Amino acid sequence: MSVMTGETTAPGTDIEPTDRPPARGIAVADRGELAVEHAAVGVEIDHLSAYYGQHLVLRDITLTVQPNSVTAIIGPSGCGKSTLIRCLNRMHEVTPGARIQGQIHLDGDPIYVPGVDPVVVRQRIGMVFQRPNPFPTMSIFDNVVAGLKLAGIKDRALLQEVAERSLRRAALWDEVKDKLHAAGGALSGGQQQRLCIARAIAVEPEVVLMDEPASALDPMSTLKIEELIDALRTSYTIVIVTHNMQQAARVSDRTAFLTVGDDGAGYLVEDGPTRQIFTNPQRRLTEDYISGRFG
Amino acid sequence: MSAPAAEYGRVPALLAQHRPRHGEPAFRALVILASLTVLAVIAGLVVVIARESLRGIAYNGPAFLWGTTWDPVHSVFGALPFIYGTILTSVSALVLAMLIGVGVALFLAELAPRWLAGPVGFMVEMLAAIPSVVYGLWGIFVLAPWIRDYVEVPLHDTLGFLPFFTGNPIGIGNLEAVVVLTIMVLPTVAAVSRDVVAAVPLSQREAALALGATRWETIRLGVFPYARSGIIGAGILGLARGIGETMAVTMVIGNAPTISLSLFSQGYTMASVIANEFTEATTDLYRSSLIEIGLLLLIVTLLINAAARLLVWRVAYGASARNVLA
Repeated sequence: MSVMTGETTAPGTDIEPTDRPPARGIAVADRGELAVEHAAVGVEIDHLSAYYGQHLVLRDITLTVQPNSVTAIIGPSGCGKSTLIRCLNRMHEVTPGARIQGQIHLDGDPIYVPGVDPVVVRQRIGMVFQRPNPFPTMSIFDNVVAGLKLAGIKDRALLQEVAERSLRRAALWDEVKDKLHAAGGALSGGQQQRLCIARAIAVEPEVVLMDEPASALDPMSTLKIEELIDALRTSYTIVIVTHNMQQAARVSDRTAFLTVGDDGAGYLVEDGPTRQIFTNPQRRLTEDYISGRFG
Repeated sequence: MSAPAAEYGRVPALLAQHRPRHGEPAFRALVILASLTVLAVIAGLVVVIARESLRGIAYNGPAFLWGTTWDPVHSVFGALPFIYGTILTSVSALVLAMLIGVGVALFLAELAPRWLAGPVGFMVEMLAAIPSVVYGLWGIFVLAPWIRDYVEVPLHDTLGFLPFFTGNPIGIGNLEAVVVLTIMVLPTVAAVSRDVVAAVPLSQREAALALGATRWETIRLGVFPYARSGIIGAGILGLARGIGETMAVTMVIGNAPTISLSLFSQGYTMASVIANEFTEATTDLYRSSLIEIGLLLLIVTLLINAAARLLVWRVAYGASARNVLA
């Protein structure tokens, strides 16, 4: 399936999913190197409910994330978008008192079963956070290969190669190639976020989760991140949470819309191809939200 | 309906009425006064100690620093045994307390469930609140005999050929002082380190976790680098307490001005000799020499603090500074 075509052109709406032209700055310049075959896999979320203690925050979510595509999760504040993607790599349970019901399948295999080590799940599913969180005292190089070093890989030549490839894919190489041993904390916010993306993709995860990756960044950095997501879609399955509907429309192939119920728990209203969600939503709630009537 | 008191447009006038704000100068004066008081106390202290020790300095000369004989009856004053005793006991205690204290801090901040971390943390802080004379009593009557029978005697019998374990294990000496000091320094190190570790941003831990780090790896990758300078700061506070601690050490160290590598040997610290001998310092020279030790203690403390601050600075900014240079 080609995710680059098809559902992307939509004329005449306010929030218009732009046709993704093949010519967009750095991402395109690097595209040749990015055409690396990568076994991205899908994720099936099956009747997932999430709790903090007794407090239900997500109710009965069932959603399929297609491989090699970008799925955006949108919705008003407090609808559980972040909780949802934190469930995907078992980061939700790190919070004391947090638990879930239901199941999530990664490439067909359940991840919430006894015997599945969350550490392994997180190696297969990378994550980029809202605020750039490089290890500030570590060098740029060490930041990128941190995941490989964790796994015990010490081969210097291999680490060099992976670091360069990941930084190129993250469209950061040209800016940092002369100071790979400077501290990661010394970069600008946008560069730090691309460093975090390089760090996440260095371990070649099958899925990359992004929790509002550009919301703390300026517009130029946001553009770079979006270009990067566009370039990564051929190699990875990407799930991105965003409160910015234009961003969802620009970068995603499919969109899931969540909202908050009267009881404070988030639930899935509808999901589908991004163009359909933004131009022809099936549910009134979705239409109200994307047209700016609430949220 | 009458116009409300806060009718629109009145607020700027109200604000203007309330100026000038008299609190401001008063507040400034108060905090400046408070800071000046601290400065005055420190300056006064240094001046008095320096003046009172002038006589000793003139008589003893620089040899005071390396003289090993302390014989007030014949007016021979050498301070090296006390300097040695102070540094040996406080640095050893600090090393032990750091090892245990950082472990306690990591357990409390990272691993312990909340219902356990609260009470245990409180008890660690309680350790710091116990008066040092109580530690001393416990050290003499409980700890010293126990260490003698179960630690010193076996060590003496098996490893007595090493310089660290020579002499008679009588249960009073350097080892007891180090153990008591360790226990006294521990709460400072543990409590401060715990707060430092707890202050590491969650995002750092999540960054490590999301890369597939285990709990220990998360601590190593996300927590330690961030908390490093703060943990060293905790060590500085602990060392300051160890150097200055007087009562408990005096009660268990044996108070003999000897310089020995042996843990079983009796020793003496700067603080202890001042506390023990100031009442019997009958001559001006003796008294002045004791005060000179006080001056030395002050200087040693300042030097160690300065060195430690330098260390923190290097650790905190060293990595990036090195990288800029590289």
